[in-house]
Amino acid sequence: MQVNNEFKPKIVAFCCNWCSYAGADLAGTNRANYPADVKIIRVPCSCRVNPMFILRAFQRGADGVILCGCHPGDCHYTTGNYYARRRMTMLFSMLNYLGIEKERTRVEWVSAAEGAKFAATMNEFVETITKLGENKRLEDLRCKK
Amino acid sequence: MQEVMVKRASELMADGTVVRVLGWKNGEFAYDPTPAVFESAEALNTFVYNDFCSSNLSKYLIALSKKDGKTLVFLKPCDSYSFNQLLTEHRIDREKVYIIGIECSGKVDEAKLREAGCEGILGIKSEGDNFVVETLYGDKTFAKADCLSERCTTCKSRKVVAYDEMIGENGEVNSECGRFDQVAELEAMTPDERYEFWRGELSRCIRCNACRNICPACSCEKCVFDNPNSGIAQKAAADSFEENMFHIIRAFHVAGRCTDCGECSRVCPQHIPLHLLNRKFIKDMNECYGEYQAGEEAGSRAPLVSFTQEDCEPSIVYEREASK
Repeated sequence: MQVNNEFKPKIVAFCCNWCSYAGADLAGTNRANYPADVKIIRVPCSCRVNPMFILRAFQRGADGVILCGCHPGDCHYTTGNYYARRRMTMLFSMLNYLGIEKERTRVEWVSAAEGAKFAATMNEFVETITKLGENKRLEDLRCKK
Repeated sequence: MQEVMVKRASELMADGTVVRVLGWKNGEFAYDPTPAVFESAEALNTFVYNDFCSSNLSKYLIALSKKDGKTLVFLKPCDSYSFNQLLTEHRIDREKVYIIGIECSGKVDEAKLREAGCEGILGIKSEGDNFVVETLYGDKTFAKADCLSERCTTCKSRKVVAYDEMIGENGEVNSECGRFDQVAELEAMTPDERYEFWRGELSRCIRCNACRNICPACSCEKCVFDNPNSGIAQKAAADSFEENMFHIIRAFHVAGRCTDCGECSRVCPQHIPLHLLNRKFIKDMNECYGEYQAGEEAGSRAPLVSFTQEDCEPSIVYEREASK
């Protein structure tokens, strides 16, 4: 039997219910291609994501985590993504400070009309993570198969 | 100083202004005075205040302000920032507290005294630029600059920001304290060097939770680290991931509310420089969202609970790293 040793990254994408999740939907209905390595988790708002979610995703084997939300100013709850923006800036800066590759985390604003942007963003992110390789610095050995 | 404080405390207790006093008494050894509550004038005989009294008393007021009657508390400049922060978060009833602000010229790091070969400590006196330490082997003199704790050598403020009366002179805010120098040094390293540095520090963590328990900003009644369903409650870190996670989340939960009192690093039995994590957040917030000092003013709004439409995007982290 041939074993495929090619590295396939696992990506977790937190998408807000109102914009980015619909954007992902649009990418699908438009038949836009993006890798199946991206696992989407729907959240009510980008602001719902707390730093623990992101760390947990890494612990359970994610190689990259991306948070997608409505464009600033377009939040369904008016201001949620403004708070998310500050929080994620601080968290990413802290991860970078601890020496964890800064490319592994990202925030993108994707509206419900931007199916093409969603697919392009995911393609690019998967490519970046494939180049970076496996997540070693925030892995939990007990969660490895 | 100690006599003046005891005298004033007895007066306030005698005239019925306060029913109890929160201060320090000697611990097991002369160099570890512990916070203590005194409920009678006689009990005040064991009251202690010296250059070893570094613990922050403000957090104890959460429990004490739920009791009947007023509590007299002695607050050093650092402690008064924490007090204001707790007041902002509605954790303390201001009406139930009578604050005497005390001047502070820095506290001793007992570990530094030991390093300098000081054993058998019995007491300490401050004389100008020196500490005279009374030991079993006679008095020894140490330069203040050599044995002050790190947080005192980079003291951000000697100003008591909340008080009903002062003992001694109120100091000034020192904006040139250089408390971010070490953070800047770390930032200048490569990510690999930083990773190595933090692995070395954080892998020593024994998850005793002392940093959380002492922290005046960590005052939640239910802590995320005590959630029995989380898989991380009350246990030693089993993996490098858990070490990283505990410290990232601990620092993140106090981000914007941390007054940089430095208690976390002081109580850490493993001497992990936890203040470097807190200061990183403070430095970032100052740079991205404007200067902010938690606790300087009661009722101020912390950066992470407010926003502007023009805030920087999270990608600024990559840009700043790339521009180095």
